[in-house]
Amino acid sequence: MTVLALEDVTVGYDTPVLRGIDLAVEEGEIVGVVGKNGVGKTTLLKTAMGLLEPTEGTVTYDGRDVTDDPPDVRAREGIGYIPQGRDIFPGLTVEQNLQMGEHVGGDSDVTRYEEVYDLFPVLEERADQDGGTLSGGQQQMLAIGRALVGDPDLLLLDEPSEGVQPSIVDRISEDIRAINDELRTTVLFVEQNLGVIRTMADRCYAIDRGEIADELTGPELTDEDAIAQYLAV
Amino acid sequence: MSNGLKQQAFQVRYGLGAVVAVVASLAVGVLVDPNLTFRVSYAVSFVVLAAVGLAIIFGIMGVINLAHGEFILLGAYATTLSAVKGGLPLPLAMGVGALVTALFGLTVERVVISGFVPNWIGRRTVGRDLITPFYDRLADSMVATFGLSLIMTQGARIVFGNSIEQIGVPFGSTAGYPDYRIALVGVAAGVLALVYVLFTQTTFGTRVRATMQDEETAKALGVDTERVYMVTFAIGSGLAGFTGALFAPLLSMQPTLGDQFLVEAFVAVVVGGASVVVGTSLSGLLLGPVDALFSDQFGEFAGRIALLFAAMLALRFLPGGITGVVDRVRDRIEEGS
Repeated sequence: MTVLALEDVTVGYDTPVLRGIDLAVEEGEIVGVVGKNGVGKTTLLKTAMGLLEPTEGTVTYDGRDVTDDPPDVRAREGIGYIPQGRDIFPGLTVEQNLQMGEHVGGDSDVTRYEEVYDLFPVLEERADQDGGTLSGGQQQMLAIGRALVGDPDLLLLDEPSEGVQPSIVDRISEDIRAINDELRTTVLFVEQNLGVIRTMADRCYAIDRGEIADELTGPELTDEDAIAQYLAV
Repeated sequence: MSNGLKQQAFQVRYGLGAVVAVVASLAVGVLVDPNLTFRVSYAVSFVVLAAVGLAIIFGIMGVINLAHGEFILLGAYATTLSAVKGGLPLPLAMGVGALVTALFGLTVERVVISGFVPNWIGRRTVGRDLITPFYDRLADSMVATFGLSLIMTQGARIVFGNSIEQIGVPFGSTAGYPDYRIALVGVAAGVLALVYVLFTQTTFGTRVRATMQDEETAKALGVDTERVYMVTFAIGSGLAGFTGALFAPLLSMQPTLGDQFLVEAFVAVVVGGASVVVGTSLSGLLLGPVDALFSDQFGEFAGRIALLFAAMLALRFLPGGITGVVDRVRDRIEEGS
């Protein structure tokens, strides 16, 4: 079943950031979107989340047209969003940050604190500490944990490797795979780190200059050159 | 000890320390010169009660409500009218005053501050939004709410005339000082405590602070940020109305009664800085005594001048407001331990 679909989506008025994007994510998949800086990867995720409105085209989630739904409605219907960088709430404690994720998937009353603390024990150790005092990697774990607590059906993940040291990057990619395996959470992520794309993605779209340039599956994902051409500066 | 526990221990230790220090100096003051102590404490609670609603709306929404004084006027008038004309007992009339102002604030938020109503109309008639929300637009929000304050003052004059009948001051007096004013000191402390609990110890408070720190992420996590702003503005307005209700027996009921509150509230918020409870209570403790002592010695006008002068000095030496200093001291102590 298709969880998320963007059909002929254009974003931005005079000079569109994205043009005629067609993209579909099937249940249980991990789908990557690769592309250089500034090609519109973050714009794509924000459009899927409802933080940006497309000027043309439709966004469907779980078979329903959500193009006009604001982000808070989409979150409560089960989309978890993990913003780029360190967009945790710096002045709230780790525990309060996680509590903020409870509204995600608001229709189901399931919370997944145990799973989150199992995946990231450091969050339990530092539960009373302000989010802003965590290291970059820990903040990334907190952002992922926060989106998971409400048991989302779909995770939107914006450049999990950005600003995080390499050893932690590997761990985070493995964690996302584990989340997908164990909790059956569908994942759509954007990334420009080759290693992350190859560890995580089942399938991958390449964006170039605001349009989908290619779709890479199976063997193409292990072919470094095939992906690298969309990342080279 | 983990950093989190240290942080909490810090808050508890110094928060309690401050409360103990204030209570102790009150006790000593009452023994030495009760009348002066009451006057100074009353001046502090005046600043705190005048500022708290403004501070919440400013701190959380980035909106400076220059109609704040008129919100207090509305609370005072609603209280007085429901007590004098409606025959309600005073505590109930005060509840009416706060509630009426909260509902009025809710309407103002929907119609002016968020632009929800005009934009709803705009989308159905000309097909686009008519105004941009005033959140985090300090200067613009000041102009809009200044207009509102003029409308409210003149509106009150047109509807009720130049003054209305006043409620008598309840209770007797102690050491030549009215008990009602002494009671207000306790009420001010109670209001601060309630605001503190609401914004730091409840789920609603966590949502509000999340919205304040990063609106987009809060939205993406399912928080209806529009509703957070709406409710916050209503709470700030309701507190302004409650302030008006509390001071209704002490003031002559004129359409301009809000002016005296706005100046003190504005100065207290600017001097206090970003944190609602810490900033408001500390700037009350600084500005209240200055105002009281100078008014005592040289008259009310001199008190007002001294207040503004103290604010200028405070901002010259503490540009981040008192909150900025508290944060710096806390960081230093944490590093030291």
